[in-house]
Amino acid sequence: MSETALELNNVWKKFIKGERYDSLRDLIPAVFRNTLSGNRSSELSGMEFWALKDISFQVRRGEALGIIGPNGSGKSTTLKILSGILRPTSGKITVNGRLSALIEVGAGFHQDLTGRENIFLNGSILGMKKEEIKRRMDEIIEFSGISEFIDTPVKRFSSGMYARLGFSIAAHVDPEILLVDEVLSVGDMWFQEKCLEKMLSFKNKNIAIIFVSHNLESVNVLCSKTALIKKGTLRTIGDTAETIREYICSNQEEAVDVATENSISNVKLLNMKNELVSICYPEQKCRLTFKIRCDKPFEECQLGFLIHRLSDGLSICDYNLPLNSIKRADSSGDTADGAIDFDINLLRGSYSVSLHMYHYPSATFLTRVKNIAYFSVEERVSWHGVTHISPLLHSIG
Amino acid sequence: MKEMVNELIHYRELLYILTWRDIKIRYKQSVMGFMWAVFMPMLIVAAGIIMKLAFSFISGKPFNVMDLASISVKALPWSFFIGSIRFSTICLTANSNLVSKIYFPREIFPLAAILANLFDFVIASSALAVILAVGNIGISLNILWLPILLFLLVVLTAGIAFVLSCANLFFRDVKYIVEVVLTFAIFFTPVFYEASLFGKWSSLLLANPVGAILEQINNVVVLHQPPDLFWLSYAATFSFCLFIASWFVFHRSEFLFAERI
Ligand SMILES: Nc1ncnc2c1ncn2[C@@H]1O[C@H](COP(=O)(O)OP(=O)(O)O)[C@@H](O)[C@H]1O
Ligand SMILES: [Mg+2]
Repeated sequence: MSETALELNNVWKKFIKGERYDSLRDLIPAVFRNTLSGNRSSELSGMEFWALKDISFQVRRGEALGIIGPNGSGKSTTLKILSGILRPTSGKITVNGRLSALIEVGAGFHQDLTGRENIFLNGSILGMKKEEIKRRMDEIIEFSGISEFIDTPVKRFSSGMYARLGFSIAAHVDPEILLVDEVLSVGDMWFQEKCLEKMLSFKNKNIAIIFVSHNLESVNVLCSKTALIKKGTLRTIGDTAETIREYICSNQEEAVDVATENSISNVKLLNMKNELVSICYPEQKCRLTFKIRCDKPFEECQLGFLIHRLSDGLSICDYNLPLNSIKRADSSGDTADGAIDFDINLLRGSYSVSLHMYHYPSATFLTRVKNIAYFSVEERVSWHGVTHISPLLHSIG
Repeated sequence: MKEMVNELIHYRELLYILTWRDIKIRYKQSVMGFMWAVFMPMLIVAAGIIMKLAFSFISGKPFNVMDLASISVKALPWSFFIGSIRFSTICLTANSNLVSKIYFPREIFPLAAILANLFDFVIASSALAVILAVGNIGISLNILWLPILLFLLVVLTAGIAFVLSCANLFFRDVKYIVEVVLTFAIFFTPVFYEASLFGKWSSLLLANPVGAILEQINNVVVLHQPPDLFWLSYAATFSFCLFIASWFVFHRSEFLFAERI
């Protein structure tokens, strides 16, 4: 068996935007109109767009490739092409081995059938033989953790239970190639953890995985290699931490800051040597610099300083700092340059910074800038969790 | 062609499972359960009897048990035919989630719809067989033709189903047209009457391959005659050619399904 499990070579995919004629009632008048005016080709080509542009990559056995990118950038389209649901407009794909794709969990479920019946149905849709399903039935039910409800019609399931059952089936298909598309996000965190562990064990069994997720932490844990797709083009492919950083920073470029009456602009994250940073380390000191414009007396205002973890939106901190410690650029003007110094007492992850200005006499937000800066924390050693509490192991006495 | 068949063979278990799903859901949803399979053809038979009674009232010819047997023997395959066409026309759009999210040969959908209807047909036929035995209609060696005739009917149905399911995916109003055509088709198909009733115009009715097959079924089951070999070979040629042609059309357009659904 060859070492490469999946390969895409210069794959392009074209879609048609907007309404299509999907009934004879619309088609017949349209055909008449077009033959009369005779300009059908120009009209059509304006509606077409490239959902994928020249994508090439390969995945080897035992390797997990992460794919990240904003919504609508073509991640699902890539997976659908690999699994044979869509055919590329041009380019070549090679698939070596039994492929199982989880484009959407429970896509094959039927509402009126019970969980157990749906295991049979979905199992065979994913390519399992009946004997195989019977043999692994208990294992699947056990893994899903919903044995209590297994004989209930799935229309009474919550979406999380749906996802649990769907993933359990797909995880027991024994694929040689597994494609997973943003399907775990509905499960609770324990189940997500369990799935991640299962996929990690797949890697050791020499199974090739493509994992599409908005949970950057999971991508980081599972995948050694990650691809960033934006607007149908493959921006980068390579080391996961590197790609995630690129993804986070590329968002930063797009953040626009216009100076209005009250504004916060020119936000920069620096280290103590005044160099721009996007990767920090625990115990490092950082400085966030910005320019504010505020038409209220500074003594009446507060600066809100918030940090969120990107993977799950956890609020790491939410400070309100009195603005009177900042001096105006010139005594009459309403602008000022300021900075916040803070310690990175955080563990591995990607974080975003938001700022706002609050005027408390009138109880209004003067301005709010969400996710104005991003950074990720890397560790020299493997520590996991949220905050860095500087533990020290030593002997006593 | 060969790989199309191979692919289907590879996915045969899925075909059984999807058929089983369709049957299971039908019987789960309707309170009448298995009665459902018998109910539809019974309605058709009842309509046929009323028509026949009206005819015999006008023409003065007595209504006999043979007429009744003919009508029911033809009504069952007819009900199978229209049921299959009705279900398979919408089978791709009804399973849009599967079509756009999971890969397997799409032929499975119309085939499963037909198999599920075949299941109903088998149940209804067993009931009819009992009635015919009680009615003392008799049996002859000609009944051995029956499996061949039914097979032809399935092939013909599949041929039509492939094209219609495909057409309905691209043009969503095809199902309404199909519905109308199926409603009126019973007038142009010898179900309630014999084609011979129309004398020299009868070939026009038998040119409809469904009509030709139904007449032969009547011949071998009720009239204890061998089938008319000319019309049999006509129906067979028609069915197989249509089947192969429409399977190709279906297979060729298959890659567009996920995009257009
Ligand atoms: N069947 C379709 N017809 C037309 N456009 C489509 C179709 N499927 C996807 N698209 C478009 O292709 C682009 C990529 O979609 P997708 O791959 O689903 O993005 P994501 O990266 O969020 O998974 C989107 O702009 C979407 O609107
Ligand atoms: Mg997607």
